[in-house]
Amino acid sequence: MSNNLRINKNNFIDQTVRISFKFNGKKLFGYKGDTLASALLANNIHLVGRSFKYHRPRGIMTCGSEEPNAIVQIGKDPALTDPNVRATEIELYEGLEAFSQNCWPSVNFDIGGINNFLSPLLPAGFYYKTFMWPASFWEKYEFFIRHSAGLGKSPTKPDQDLYDHQYVHCDVLVIGGGISGILSAKLSAEKGLNTILIDDKSYLGGSTIYQDDDIFKINNETSNVWLKNQIEKLKKIPNLTIKNRTSVAAFHGYNYLLARENLTDHLGAHERKGKIRQRLLKIRAKKVVIATGAIERPLIFSNNDRPGIILSSSIKKYIDYYGVKTGENISLFTNNDSAYETAISLNKSGVKVKVIIDIRENPSSILSEKIEKAGIKILRGHTITNTDGYKRIKSIDVMKLSKDGENVVGNKTTYKCDCLGISGGWTPMVHLFTQSGGKLKFRKNDNVFIPDENKTPSEQISVGSSNGDFELDDVINNTVKNIKIFLGLDKNDYENLDIKCSKEKQKRNIWLLPSDKPISKSKPFLDFQNDSTAKDVKLALREGFKSIEHVKRYTTTGMGTDQGKLSNMHALGIIADTTGTNMGELGTTTFRPPYTPLTFGAIVGRNVGKFFDHTRRTAIHDWHVENKAEFENVGQWKRPWYFPKNGETMYQAVQRESKAARESAGILDASTLGKIDIQGEDASEFLNRVYTNAWSKLSIGKCRYGLMLNEDGMVYDDGVTTRLGENHYIMTTTTGGAANVLSKLEDYLQTEWPELNVYLTTVTDQYSTMSICGPNSKKIIKKIIPSLDLSDESFPHMSFKNSKIDNVNCRIMRISFTGEQSYEINVQSNYAKDVWERCIEAGKEFNITPYGTETMHLLRAEKGFIITGQDTDGTLTPSDLQMDWIIGKKKYDFIGKRSLYRSDTIREDRKQLVGLLTDDPKEVLEEGAQLIDSLEKPIDMLGHVTSSYFSPNLNKSIALAVVRSGKKLKGKKLIVPMENKNINVTITDTVFYDKENKRLNA
Amino acid sequence: MFIINCPYCGERDQTEFSCGGEAHIERPKQPTELSDDQWAEYLFMRKNIKGIQFERWNHIHGCRKWFNVVRDTSNDKIHAVYKIGERPPIK
Ligand SMILES: [Zn+2]
Repeated sequence: MSNNLRINKNNFIDQTVRISFKFNGKKLFGYKGDTLASALLANNIHLVGRSFKYHRPRGIMTCGSEEPNAIVQIGKDPALTDPNVRATEIELYEGLEAFSQNCWPSVNFDIGGINNFLSPLLPAGFYYKTFMWPASFWEKYEFFIRHSAGLGKSPTKPDQDLYDHQYVHCDVLVIGGGISGILSAKLSAEKGLNTILIDDKSYLGGSTIYQDDDIFKINNETSNVWLKNQIEKLKKIPNLTIKNRTSVAAFHGYNYLLARENLTDHLGAHERKGKIRQRLLKIRAKKVVIATGAIERPLIFSNNDRPGIILSSSIKKYIDYYGVKTGENISLFTNNDSAYETAISLNKSGVKVKVIIDIRENPSSILSEKIEKAGIKILRGHTITNTDGYKRIKSIDVMKLSKDGENVVGNKTTYKCDCLGISGGWTPMVHLFTQSGGKLKFRKNDNVFIPDENKTPSEQISVGSSNGDFELDDVINNTVKNIKIFLGLDKNDYENLDIKCSKEKQKRNIWLLPSDKPISKSKPFLDFQNDSTAKDVKLALREGFKSIEHVKRYTTTGMGTDQGKLSNMHALGIIADTTGTNMGELGTTTFRPPYTPLTFGAIVGRNVGKFFDHTRRTAIHDWHVENKAEFENVGQWKRPWYFPKNGETMYQAVQRESKAARESAGILDASTLGKIDIQGEDASEFLNRVYTNAWSKLSIGKCRYGLMLNEDGMVYDDGVTTRLGENHYIMTTTTGGAANVLSKLEDYLQTEWPELNVYLTTVTDQYSTMSICGPNSKKIIKKIIPSLDLSDESFPHMSFKNSKIDNVNCRIMRISFTGEQSYEINVQSNYAKDVWERCIEAGKEFNITPYGTETMHLLRAEKGFIITGQDTDGTLTPSDLQMDWIIGKKKYDFIGKRSLYRSDTIREDRKQLVGLLTDDPKEVLEEGAQLIDSLEKPIDMLGHVTSSYFSPNLNKSIALAVVRSGKKLKGKKLIVPMENKNINVTITDTVFYDKENKRLNA
Repeated sequence: MFIINCPYCGERDQTEFSCGGEAHIERPKQPTELSDDQWAEYLFMRKNIKGIQFERWNHIHGCRKWFNVVRDTSNDKIHAVYKIGERPPIK
């Protein structure tokens, strides 16, 4: 057999541009316009992969996105390699390198092929049943299953390609560039509507563009010539955008669609540089026209999966569009007229068609007459019972069908062939329609699910074969008629076309074709990619599965990367036949996005690396960087974590910083705390309602710590709020809680208490905050602002003063999160770095030590101050935190008050915050470690460690924890079980350091 | 992804909004006088129905106003939008 199967016919391939590529290491040639699949077939290569479970040899079966077998890995580069690419979709480019998947060591000799002979041991649900065996067996099977399962290999290095997102708006979006899509787009654009036409191929015109037989004529031109003229005219309309190589992945409600535009996958490596590889279009269309066409069904008979067995319409496309013969001795097997069109094309191109086997008794039509005139043999009422050949089909066995189609009768005839075209009818591509919320109806005469016009979401329409019209005159006339109504059009040119085509006379459908062998001895494949057979579906039904969704999962039918585009209808049909159910009542499985797989690159677009999320930096950030801070991410903020000196570890730095803060002076950038400016005559009443404690009596110039709850009584956030004026407060929130607290407060103001006159403004970014703490903090503030009276009488703990540093206004609060005497300076952010540097300069003689979040956490833990979100988790009440003192008992109401005495919140055995000391003071606990009181099984988990540090000021390990009934357990010994030891601890008070708060005024 | 017609700003993409759950659940004026069961009814019990549902939405990345939406949860169709404090325009 010759190795060049290209014919010299006027086709769509540019035979002047030769392209070299490699398949499994072998250098081959194709032409510009080829897909990888058409180029392989031109080189007489059918065998491209192995099946998933039995590792049977598999060949190219289709010419589009429904391809189940020809799934390849593109390229070897660890960053750019692309797995699971359909050879039928990727366009050939110079230097393309493709590899078969799911075969080892090679596609021609595959060790997993042994599964084929073990297949009686690998029935439906094999994997599920395997997993039911003792857990210890899994270790033995895992290696085997992991190696034989899996399709392509993921890239191992970061993707270097560029991806993009784009928002697109239009009046009308037409999905599909076949004849019905072309007509729809043209009618829409000619009316002046802003129209987008999307097609996943590199060209327009669908299958009509290569339908050149004179049986199919429009206004006396062959249909391909007529359509070509329409496309030329279409391209000249200015308000129409055509997007080729673009595939709609999802159709959501409100006509919101996602489409992937391929921009460089068809280019050679040198042409791709600097270009965007794929663009994800986020389309909002006023109206949507679905013209996605239909795909041909296979037929289900024994050994219907051999390389060389191809969908009949794909054979036609390979010969008419690509000029490639899929074989030299082809037979066709069909239940409908479309295989006859293929025969005509093959015959014209000089390819021998040996025989057409048609399961129908009397399929006479213009097409069949033409075939018979050409001398091609048609076997009516026959079926194929088996095929032979391993890496390529060699022959078929043919027998006559009984009248009822359930058996075969008479003698068996064997025909030799090197390629078999199969056609089981057509399935409208209704995926996008159902994704958008449309409901399907079943049309019995040709067994198709089509859009139910009464259950179609508004502002969309399905036309052409995706709406169940398969013959040229129906496609054109119904599209034009329906689009006219849909878009509100007047008369148009397409209403009285003279259309000639063949009409199908007879239909017959048998989901599972009979054989002379019992089904137990045959292999009728349903899902080629997942290797599930009709036998598996029948077994699942015998084992009691009824729902189509369950049968699908149990047998894995329709669960491959092709999502059952070829197999779902037959699976449904076989279930309906076996259970005696009407297919319409059975329904379909759910079609979920994406229609074809999307790359992760397209999904994330530009949001990678530093664009993954926003980064917030304080106004003092540059100083921290200059001073070698290590940073911690707190939400989107970059906060200094610690400032290591001379190669210190984090532990060493934190120990030094903590000591310095208590012995002399420390300084912290606290700018990330949320700040909400609250004004209005009802501001005090508002605070009364949102905090647990009383606020009306707080005098101007004073600060107060507040705890905010959810309505369920659980602690939500905390912070200090300062009364700046009669009707003016500034509230601080936790860093992470800032946005949510503001939203919550706005919610209550707008919806529950609209009568309150209160205004909220977030000023987190406008003000920067630096906190200076330690016994020398007062001296440092005095140096910066000599005029400020810092005496304890004039400026006591929990009070505030307005002041100026030079001409810069600042608010100074004397509040402490460390237990030391401390002052917070708040200035407008653009002065913050300057003020910070002054503090550092003024503090030099006192060894002022900048510290980060880790030291802040340690210092507050020494004092037993909680961090909401670390020591709390949304399940702790103030009482659980031993903070009963902060509940305004006299207040009539506040958010969450009623919940504080629900039967559940007053339980005494709730988890409560306690302190922990380790018996060995050097042993530091791990945060999150569990607490138990006995090693006797079953072990009762009593709680867990929430905060844990080694305190340099106490010279021992300290921890906070939540423990069941913790309040009552002071002094009790508990155990912290770790991987290789058990640590003994004792429950204590939560305050470890300066219990009398003497240092606040030291 | 829906388009929501904010009563203050007009039609905007759903990504600009956040949903605040069922609407017209008024916070009791005198919580202390309620039994545990009555308070739990307010606090926890939501209808979460399939069909026409009255919901609170916030134009959080826009005007930050709360308002009410009548949405059919079975198909996400929005039947009406109205301001906080107003009566539902449909039953
Ligand atoms: Zn708004």
